[in-house]
Amino acid sequence: MTKQNHTYPLMDHAAEDLRASSGRRLADVTLEAAAAGELAIGDIQIDADTLRAQAAIARQAGYTQLAANLTRAAELTAVPNAEVLRMYELLRPGRASYDDLVQLADALEGAHRAPASAALVREAAEVYRARGLLKR
Amino acid sequence: MTQHSRRFEILAQRDINRETFVEPWPEVGLIVADSPFDPSPSLRIEGGQVAELDGRQRADFDMLDLFIAGHGLDLAVAERAMATPSLQIAHMLADINVPRDELLRLAAGCTPAKLVEIIRHMSVLEMMNGLAKMRVRRVPANQAHVTNKREHPALLAADAAEAALRGFAEVETTTGVARFAPFNALAILVGTQTGRGGVLTQCSVEESLGLRLAMKGLTTYAETLSVYGTERSFVDGDDTPWSKAFLASAYASRGVKVRFTSGTGSEALMGHSEGCSMLYLEARCLVVTRGAGSQGVQNGSISCIALPESLPGGVRAVLAENLLASLLGLEVASGNDALASHSAIRKTAKLMLQFIPGTDFIFSGYSAIPKADNLFGGGNFDAEDFDDYNVLQRDMQIDGGTRSVAEDAALAIRRRAALAIQAVYDELGFPPISDAEVDAAVYGHGSADMPARDVVADLAAADRFLAGDQTILAAVAALIRRGFGPEAANILEMGRQRVAGDYLQPAAIFGRGFQVQSGINQPNDYRGPGTGYRLEGERWDEVQALHQVRSPRDFIADRIGAPLGQLAELGPARRGSEREVIVAVGPAFGVALTQTIGGLPHEDVLAAILTGVAREGLTARIVRVYQSSDLAALSHAGAELSGSGIAIGLQSRGTTMIQKRGLARLHNLELFPQSPSLTLETYEAIGRNAARYAKGQATTPVPVQVDNWARLRLIVKTTLLHRRETEMIRDQPPAELAFDWEPDV
Repeated sequence: MTKQNHTYPLMDHAAEDLRASSGRRLADVTLEAAAAGELAIGDIQIDADTLRAQAAIARQAGYTQLAANLTRAAELTAVPNAEVLRMYELLRPGRASYDDLVQLADALEGAHRAPASAALVREAAEVYRARGLLKR
Repeated sequence: MTQHSRRFEILAQRDINRETFVEPWPEVGLIVADSPFDPSPSLRIEGGQVAELDGRQRADFDMLDLFIAGHGLDLAVAERAMATPSLQIAHMLADINVPRDELLRLAAGCTPAKLVEIIRHMSVLEMMNGLAKMRVRRVPANQAHVTNKREHPALLAADAAEAALRGFAEVETTTGVARFAPFNALAILVGTQTGRGGVLTQCSVEESLGLRLAMKGLTTYAETLSVYGTERSFVDGDDTPWSKAFLASAYASRGVKVRFTSGTGSEALMGHSEGCSMLYLEARCLVVTRGAGSQGVQNGSISCIALPESLPGGVRAVLAENLLASLLGLEVASGNDALASHSAIRKTAKLMLQFIPGTDFIFSGYSAIPKADNLFGGGNFDAEDFDDYNVLQRDMQIDGGTRSVAEDAALAIRRRAALAIQAVYDELGFPPISDAEVDAAVYGHGSADMPARDVVADLAAADRFLAGDQTILAAVAALIRRGFGPEAANILEMGRQRVAGDYLQPAAIFGRGFQVQSGINQPNDYRGPGTGYRLEGERWDEVQALHQVRSPRDFIADRIGAPLGQLAELGPARRGSEREVIVAVGPAFGVALTQTIGGLPHEDVLAAILTGVAREGLTARIVRVYQSSDLAALSHAGAELSGSGIAIGLQSRGTTMIQKRGLARLHNLELFPQSPSLTLETYEAIGRNAARYAKGQATTPVPVQVDNWARLRLIVKTTLLHRRETEMIRDQPPAELAFDWEPDV
C-alpha cells in the first residue's frame, strides 16, 4: 500500500492502493492476466505494508496480541520460504543451541530487518536456556 | 444374583452403555475442573514485570508461565481485573446489560486460575448466555470436514462443492497418507470454489508441510496449531509457545488465517497433567493462544472429547472452555467434531450447548461425508445427519450455518466440481481422472462407491507438484482453458483476497460476493432480546425451506373425490326399531371427503360395517350428523336416534366409536382412535360388535393394533381432514341416508 488507510475491509476501502508482495497492483491481478500466464505466486501474496495496515486495524479494535503477530508477519514477508521453514524448525524444542538462537535473532534484526521477530527469538533463547529446551 | 432383570438387560444394550464412565482421579488429571492441585488465582507485578502468577514465584515459572507473563496478560488492567471478585465477573458475563467490550477488557488481565474461578460460579445456562454475548462474529457459522479413505480427488472435490452449497463457511481436509496433502488441498479448493466462492479451506498436516501448502496458494487458513497446558505435553507436541507464535506469524506472512487448537483432556491423555484439572490447563492454553497472536482457537476438547465425557461435569467443562476462549476475544471453532457418543441423545444434547448460543464455528468440522470416510477420526455429526441438523435449525429458529439442499442441485454442483478437478488433473499432467470416476463421485456417498486409483502414480505426481514450481495459479489457468471461468475466477479471487488480508482479522469468513465478515466490521452486538443477530428475513426463509417441506394443501387432495353416488339423502332422521344399529357419519362423509386417512374408500367402509351388522341379523341405518364433526357428538346423536340405543360414530377420516344411549358423552363402549390402522375387517368386526350390544349379548371388544407412531406421522393430515369435516358443519338436524348396497351375507 502506498498510503496508510486503515478503513476495514481494505478490499472495499483501499483496493486501489493494494499491491501484492511482488509489487503488482491488485487491480492488475485479473483473470485475463492469469489466462495469459502472466501471474506468479507473488502476485497473490500479501505484502508487508498491507500486513502492517491490518495490524493497525487489529490494534485499534483492541486485539493487541493479534496486532503484534501481524507486525511480525509483515517482517517475515521478506524472508524466503525455505528460510522461514528453517527458522521455525530451529525454534522447536531441542533443535538449537543458545548461540544458534541468538544468531537467528541477530540475522532477523540485521539482514531481515525484523526487530519484532528478533525479539521473540531472543526471548525464546533465554527461556529455552532456563527451562532446558536447548539442543542437548 | 442368579436371575436378571429383563429391563436392566435391555438397558445394558443401549448405546449409552457402550461408553465409559469413571470417578474423578485428580492425581492423573482425570478431573474436568477444580482439582485440589489447581492453583488459586494470584498476580503480583513488580517494576512492570509479573513476579508471581497463580501462586508461583517468577523463579519457578515454567515456559507457559513465562509466555503468559510476557505476552498473555494486559498488565494495565491486570490489577483491576484480579481485584474484581470472580463472582462479580461471572455476573457480568451472564448479564445481558454488560457489554462484551467491557468483559474483553477485564478478561485481558485475568490469570488462568482467575478465569477458571469465574467459570466456577456459572451454570450451563448462564454460560450459554455468556457465549451468545461473547462470540466474536455477529453471525454464527459452521465448518465442514471433507476427506475420504481413498483420498479420491473427484470425490473430495464433489463433497467439498456440496459442503459449500450447504452453507459451510470453511472446509477442512487432511490426509491418510501425508504425501497426498497437496492434491487433497487442491481438490477441496477447486470443489469449494465451485460450490460457493469465498469458502476458506485448509489441509491439516504437519506444520512445515502445512506452511508449504499455504506458500503454493493451496490453503487460506490453518487451524491445527496445537497448544498444550503443561510444559511437558507442549514439548511432547514438539513445540513451544515461541515456536508456535513464530509459526503463526509465518502463516500470516503468507496471508493465511491462523487458528490454534487446544482442548480439555489432551494433557491427561499425554500423561503430563501435573494433577491439574482439564479446565485449568485449557485456560493456560487459551492465554498462551491469545498471547501468541492467534485470532482464534479450535477448542471444545476436540479429539479428546470422550475423556472429559467419561467424567462428571465433562460436557459443562467443554462449554466452559468455549466460553473462556470467547471471553479472551478469540474466535471459537467449538468442537463437536470427534465422535462424542454412541448415543444419538447424548451427542445431540451436548451439541445444544454450542448450537443454541451460536459460536463462530459451531462445529470445528461437521463431517460433510460419512463418518467411515472421516480421516480426522471425526464424524460426530456426519453427512447422514444433514437432514436432522437442518430440521433442528428450523425447529428452534436458530442459525446453525447450513441449509437444506435439493438432490438435483447437489448432483449438479457435484458434477461441476468433479469435472473441474478432472480438467485440472488433465491440464497439469496429473494421473487422469476418468469419466467413470467423475460419475461415481457425483452419485456416490463415500469411498465405497469409488473405483480404486493408482495410488503409487498419484503419490508420485503429488510429490512432483509439491516440489515443483507450479502453484494454484496453474490450476486457475487450466480451468480458464477448459471453460471453467466462474470457478477459476473464484479461486483467483481467493488469491486476491489474500493480498488484501482482511480475512486475517478475528473470526473472519466470506459471505456472499466475497464480502468479509469479521469481528472488526461485524462484531457480535448481542445485548438481549431484540438485539444482535436474529434469524429472520431471507436466511430464515432459507432455513425453513427444507427439501422435504410440502404444501399442507397437498395432503388431503387424494382424499377428495367425486361424491358417492350410492349415498342419497332421504330427509330428516327419526328414531327406528329395536333391531337396528345407527351408523352416524360426519358432515363431509362421502361428499367433501371420500376416503379415510388410511386410504379406504368410504363406500367400502360402510359396506364392511353393514356386513358386520347383517351377520348378527340386525339392520343398520345410516344418518349424517350435520351439527358437529366431533366423534363423541356424532356417536351421541346416532345413539339418540337408534331404536336399540346403539350407534357407531364414523368420522370421514375413519375414526370410529361404538356408543350407547345414556352413557356420558365422553364415555363409550368401544373407541377406535387410530384410524390409520383400521382395516375393512376391523370395520366389519365393529359392525358385528355394535349389533351384539344392540341384542344385549356378551361381547369381546374388537382387538386393534396399537401404533403410537401413527399420530406422529399423520397429525398434519389428521388436522386437515378434520378441518375439512368441520367446514361442512351445517345448522340442521341429522339426515337419513340411503346406501345403495346389498349385504353379501
